[in-house]
Amino acid sequence: MATSSVKPRIKLDKKEAKQGDIVEVKALVSHVMETGQRKSADGNVIPRKILNKFTCTVNGKEVFSADFEPAVSANPYIQFKFKATESGPVVLTWIDDDGSKIVGEDSIKVI
Amino acid sequence: ATLGQSITPAFAANNIDEMTKAFTGGAKPVAGKVKLDLPEIAENGNTVPITVSVDSPMTDKDYVSDVIILADGNPNAGVATFHFSPASGVAEANTRIRLANTQNIVAIAKTNDGKFYTASKEVKVTIGGCGG
Amino acid sequence: AGWSRALAQQKLTQADLLRFEQLGNVTLVHVTDIHGQLRPVYFREPSINLGTGDVKGLVPHITGKALLDHYKIPQGSAEAYALAYPDFAALAKSYGRLGGLDRIATIVKAIRAERGDRTVFLDGGDTWQNSFTSLTTKGQDMVDCMALLKPDAMTGHWEFTLGTDRVKELIGQLEFPFLAQNVRDTEWDEPAFEAMRMIERGGVKIAVIGQALPYTAVANPRWMIPNWSFGIRENDLRANVEKARKDGAQLVVLLSHNGFDVDRKLASRVSGIDVILTGHTHDALPAVVKVGKTLLVASGSHGKFVSRLDLDVRDGEVKGHRFRLIPVFSDVIAPDAEMATKIDTIRKPHEKMLGETIGRTETTLYRRGNFNGTLDDVICDALLSERDAEIALSPGFRWGASLLPGQDITREDIYNATAITYPNAYRMTMNGARLKDILEDVADNLFHPDPYYQQGGDMVRVGGLSYTIDVGKPGGQRISDMTLLRTGKPLEPARDYTITGWASVNEGTEGPPIWDVVTNYITKKKVVAPKELQNVRVMGV
Ligand SMILES: [Mn+2]
Ligand SMILES: [Mn+2]
Repeated sequence: MATSSVKPRIKLDKKEAKQGDIVEVKALVSHVMETGQRKSADGNVIPRKILNKFTCTVNGKEVFSADFEPAVSANPYIQFKFKATESGPVVLTWIDDDGSKIVGEDSIKVI
Repeated sequence: ATLGQSITPAFAANNIDEMTKAFTGGAKPVAGKVKLDLPEIAENGNTVPITVSVDSPMTDKDYVSDVIILADGNPNAGVATFHFSPASGVAEANTRIRLANTQNIVAIAKTNDGKFYTASKEVKVTIGGCGG
Repeated sequence: AGWSRALAQQKLTQADLLRFEQLGNVTLVHVTDIHGQLRPVYFREPSINLGTGDVKGLVPHITGKALLDHYKIPQGSAEAYALAYPDFAALAKSYGRLGGLDRIATIVKAIRAERGDRTVFLDGGDTWQNSFTSLTTKGQDMVDCMALLKPDAMTGHWEFTLGTDRVKELIGQLEFPFLAQNVRDTEWDEPAFEAMRMIERGGVKIAVIGQALPYTAVANPRWMIPNWSFGIRENDLRANVEKARKDGAQLVVLLSHNGFDVDRKLASRVSGIDVILTGHTHDALPAVVKVGKTLLVASGSHGKFVSRLDLDVRDGEVKGHRFRLIPVFSDVIAPDAEMATKIDTIRKPHEKMLGETIGRTETTLYRRGNFNGTLDDVICDALLSERDAEIALSPGFRWGASLLPGQDITREDIYNATAITYPNAYRMTMNGARLKDILEDVADNLFHPDPYYQQGGDMVRVGGLSYTIDVGKPGGQRISDMTLLRTGKPLEPARDYTITGWASVNEGTEGPPIWDVVTNYITKKKVVAPKELQNVRVMGV
């Protein structure tokens, strides 16, 4: 499905790393994370709509992923680490309940 | 001490036991190795920071593969599941979560060889408002 | 306690109060929780200050005669008056007011003169708020006066009720660091303040780490500081202590606004801290409390005391220490001229207004105590009467100066009990069940057996309502027998009641400022005479 125009904000604690260094990634993305447990003013349940899956790849290889439930806060924040082994793009992908994707990218250089 | 955020009454049916069983396949997690970092008293029940880390060498032979976070007082116990591999380098993740009321947060870690470790912490969701 | 004022004061001299057999190579000087009080005040210490769980019966949870006996302090002595409530009104007439930043200046200067570059002067916070001038100058008066004392560092709590922008602005004016290792920004979870400052004194490298009140964003309006997140953050503290040692610190000092019980627990769990200068819970202890190798200092509040701790630091260890909690008797300590002039300048435009008599009290008015204070009873009565409500709630703040029987109540006295940046006296309806939830919630913040789950205030004060509290019971089960005084009937969970109160942490709270409510009430009433603990029955002590 479509890739959303929402631009996640990503922070790496280093742009260059030595072989085997641990790199910390922080990311924030705008999303309502509607729980499916709330009712609107007219009494109808507001349907669930959350980002349910997050994946990070470095140079095409997955280093971390997560499944989110409705208990994850609006505008989800995620912070994790990976081990630097090769240079390349750091790609972060969130998947919405509706199948759409939010994608953000940074990069790491291994020296 | 006066009026702050509202306290939501506890929900009757929380599925933490089923979710634990589904994750561990019935094995009983052992206390230890898992560290849960949460505030003792939440500043805002809508966004409570949580860090989970697991003591593991994270080598090809010995690593943590998955960590599930559960909450025993929310309408649903499920919060998040983190998936690690030796490429993660460190089994550690941080996110922000919703807590409907004062409750226990539980983390269970699964290792590549099928062992389970756990930790829990009580987080108070308070009305707030006093001071010395 | 039938001493005449002259006789009592003849026995006390400035030299006596400052006498100290110096020791070692470092002197820590600590003040905390001044709460905007530039001038000396009366401040009555609590009758009830209960500890729960492991700290039941330990200092600072013993009061009155028991506290005096514990420290072998004679009843009726000057020290007894400063530290404990018995015979407060009578002893106050003999010994007078305590505090005043000009007297504190005299003490700090005297210690610096004696100890020179071995001295470290630290301010534990709750300095910039809770008087008329600190409120209307948004903390500028306190910043300007404290600047004359040249502190080496400070941390904070009520400072944050000035809001993000003003806090940043004032910190920008300081010639010393505002330290808070436990505050992070809510967006990226990164440190919001300097955590630690390394200073060298007497040839010793000293790491001072700051710890702001962990529950500032719960206890006070979070909307005023939406980008800052607090917490105890033990792991961060451990990392900071390790870093300090790695950077060569031979002495590690935590300048803390955690509250005493939190600091006591913390000292048992985080190793490598030599001294914790505690604050927030306003305890005044005449001796250090030792937890493992860590020394805990509790320096009271309102400028009543200056703590001096001499340390013999060798080989990165404290080999010896000597301590004195110096009571700041304002009639005995000579005011420092420079500070006195500064204070006069700040107060001059307001002096006449602040000195205006509004009424008189026939009994001692005080606030500090777990369950009530006569000063809060007056505030609750004012709220009930002026806001026409069935039940009044007043926050369990630990600050607020005392008044003696027969004393005139001035405008300044009212500000000293109410001056905050969120003063609106609201009026609303609430059902009995919700009100019970609130009392339970606040009780748990005070009596949770684990100090890390306590906020450090006192119990919310009530007017128009009586209740029983069993402090030893678990959360949600402590409060019972809630009775509406107007009817003498039990509170009904489903019925709506009209509630009035002040200091709501909610944004957009409406109503007149609490000082106007209290002023109007006392103006009409002319004389107040609240009696002791009428509405709360305490069990499980
Ligand atoms: Mn204070
Ligand atoms: Mn405080």
